[in-house]
Amino acid sequence: MAEKMTGAEMVIQALTDQGVEHIFGYPGGAALPIYDAMFQQDFVKHILVRHEQGATHMAEGYARSTGKPGVVLVTSGPGATNAVTGLTDALLDSIPLVCITAQVPTTLIGTDAFQECDTVGITRSCTKHNYLVKSIEDLPRILHEAFLIATTGRPGPVVIDIPKDIQFAVGEYFRPEAETLRHQSYRPQVDGDLAAIETAIDLMLKAERPIFYTGGGVINAGPEASENLRELAELTGFPVTSTLMGLGAFPASNPQWMGMLGMHGTYEANMAMHDCDVMINIGARFDDRITGRIDAFSPNSTKIHVDIDPASINKVVQVHVPIIGDCNRVLEEMIRIWRSRTNAPRTEAIAGWWTQIQKWRDVGSLNFKNSDTVIKPQWAIQRLYEATRKQSKEVFITTEVGQHQMWAAQHFHFDQPNHWMTSGGLGTMGYGLPAAVGVQVAHPDALVIDIAGEASVQMTMQELSTAVQYRLPVKIFILNNERMGMVRQWQDLLHGSRYAHSYSESLPDFVKLAEAYGAKGIKCDTPAELDAAIAAMLDYDGPVLFDVLVEKDENCLPMIPSGKPHNEIILPDTANIGDIIDEKGRQLV
Amino acid sequence: MNAHLQPTGSAYFLTQETQLSERHTLSVLVDNEPGILARVVGLFSARGFNIESLTVSETEHDKRLSRITVVVIATPKVLVQIKAQLERLVPVHRVHDLTAEGAYLERELALIKVNGTGDHRAETLRLADAFRAQIVDATVESFVFEVTGKPSKIDSFIALMQPLGLVEVVRTGLAAINRGPEGM
Ligand SMILES: Cc1ncc(C[n+]2csc(CCOP(=O)(O)OP(=O)(O)O)c2C)c(N)n1
Ligand SMILES: [Mg+2]
Repeated sequence: MAEKMTGAEMVIQALTDQGVEHIFGYPGGAALPIYDAMFQQDFVKHILVRHEQGATHMAEGYARSTGKPGVVLVTSGPGATNAVTGLTDALLDSIPLVCITAQVPTTLIGTDAFQECDTVGITRSCTKHNYLVKSIEDLPRILHEAFLIATTGRPGPVVIDIPKDIQFAVGEYFRPEAETLRHQSYRPQVDGDLAAIETAIDLMLKAERPIFYTGGGVINAGPEASENLRELAELTGFPVTSTLMGLGAFPASNPQWMGMLGMHGTYEANMAMHDCDVMINIGARFDDRITGRIDAFSPNSTKIHVDIDPASINKVVQVHVPIIGDCNRVLEEMIRIWRSRTNAPRTEAIAGWWTQIQKWRDVGSLNFKNSDTVIKPQWAIQRLYEATRKQSKEVFITTEVGQHQMWAAQHFHFDQPNHWMTSGGLGTMGYGLPAAVGVQVAHPDALVIDIAGEASVQMTMQELSTAVQYRLPVKIFILNNERMGMVRQWQDLLHGSRYAHSYSESLPDFVKLAEAYGAKGIKCDTPAELDAAIAAMLDYDGPVLFDVLVEKDENCLPMIPSGKPHNEIILPDTANIGDIIDEKGRQLV
Repeated sequence: MNAHLQPTGSAYFLTQETQLSERHTLSVLVDNEPGILARVVGLFSARGFNIESLTVSETEHDKRLSRITVVVIATPKVLVQIKAQLERLVPVHRVHDLTAEGAYLERELALIKVNGTGDHRAETLRLADAFRAQIVDATVESFVFEVTGKPSKIDSFIALMQPLGLVEVVRTGLAAINRGPEGM
């Protein structure tokens, strides 16, 4: 039934109707009517951030860890432009966000009014869809349509730009029926083509060197998709690898798990991708960090690709069996059809393949030389992982971007989906701390840890203040190498070790910084003291900034250098990475 | 030679393009809502696709639908991407690759201004007649012709007018429709 209310009230009512309990935002002139409407209710709880980029990453962490859309509210002009990085991040990693931006009154649009910017113009290419609301009559439909678009098909960020006069205007609020929304031009295909799925199963039944290559799409398809992936892996007996975004969909503790693939993936995963005869890509998109050199990518395999986004099919790699559909639905069908054909996994037929895989595993590509004088970053993550396993709490990990991110992916192991949040597609330094705050908002009793680098964490450090304000006990575990380690590594690899601006000349005292924010600071630089320091961090009931001083010049290995195929991966015992890439490879990076 | 003194190829793994480019005419049915053209054009520029010709107008007023006819030159692989990316835009209903889907008609309209006196004027009129160009404006020293037809016909007419006093040309861009009883 329609009800009369202002535009600002409609925003809050629509959020309530969508079941949105938390939004992340920052007020400003153009957004005040919405803030006023929010003040007069208590269903929707607002988390006041310190920078709008923080709000977007919090919403991403919230969304990724719950499967629900993350909601952001910012003001016009600088509020909207500050949100752009997070929107782009969400677009690249397919995270459902609804971002409400306030706009100057309609009559002032285009006049270069105070705090005016062309929000829909600026965000057009970094959102799945966006709207400028020009009339109060359109507002209820747009609000609900935005949620539909953000959460269905391939998820992504949606912006609703609402001018201040529309927030004040009075109109009829209604909640449209889902079927009446965008049925004409927006119809994501969720059911995979049956004939294509049968062809895929035929190929899988004949495979001798198969591999499942899974991605973030499995996580986006919901927890059942992860369950079904496990079941299909068990039915078939095939090895499973995953992209950075897909970690946790398949349990790292399962013997069929090969570790992550790609530029810093394990030797066994990359070699198996290169040598396989049937590749079953489920919800991954052949990103360039995965494929390496396209013309040398898995040269002899028949490729099956399941993706909900038709534009992802044949975009980078030509596949033999494309299946457009929701990963979960397709996995269900695959299981059903596989079962109708056979009751046994292909253990015997692929025994040789597993023998080969074991040889690759024996190389120990994640090994590193430990030290008893200096903390090795990989070891610090292993110790953190062991310590968290003893906790009764649910554990969520976020990361910043750099070497520490890759080490976290390699050495922290995930057995469940939605417990690993990282900026994969955009690689946004500054993602991890606010994302951790967002996760903690959604899971107040969980243990939420941001595995950070000292450079990245300074990009959104101010959100520690948000964590303190809302008593969110996030733990920021900084692997402090006093370097932009990943940049330094590439400079060693490609630029004759000329370290142009890749080190931190003046770092804050992180312990004092934590204390200044009202959080706890811990510092550790001795291997023998690390376990106790980690325990102190985990025991503290409040936000902690933990400064772990680690080996400064450790390289993140294994690594597939640019210009090289998967089987020319650099392994950890390589002494000098600077000699590995030839002239041609240097140009390609 | 120092690697850093060489032109950096690109940030990523580039492979040589082996497919040949083709010219294709796409017909795109969209909601006629604000910003739709910016979305379509923005998609082309963001993804590095080239537009040869673009024509837009509302075609079904009650349903607020517009038809965009866009001509692109791209490899078969990129053409598939263009179509998929266009279909991904929320207000896009359907995309048809007319060139790939069978026989279709293409028409364009041009207004062409030619100045001339004496013999040139007579020759201009004779050619205009041969091309069925309509005179839509005339003064003692100038004509404006309206020509419709395939782009190639308009190209030829313009080439012929060049030495006879061609002043300027405006063209609508292509309108295209498939042959036969089937609608889009
Ligand atoms: C916003 C942003 N700017 C620049 C980069 C490029 N970049 C990638 S990793 C990195 C260094 C990160 O340093 P740190 O956070 O200390 O992590 P480490 O590699 O040392 O573990 C930089 C500058 C980026 N990913 N994001
Ligand atoms: Mg660092």
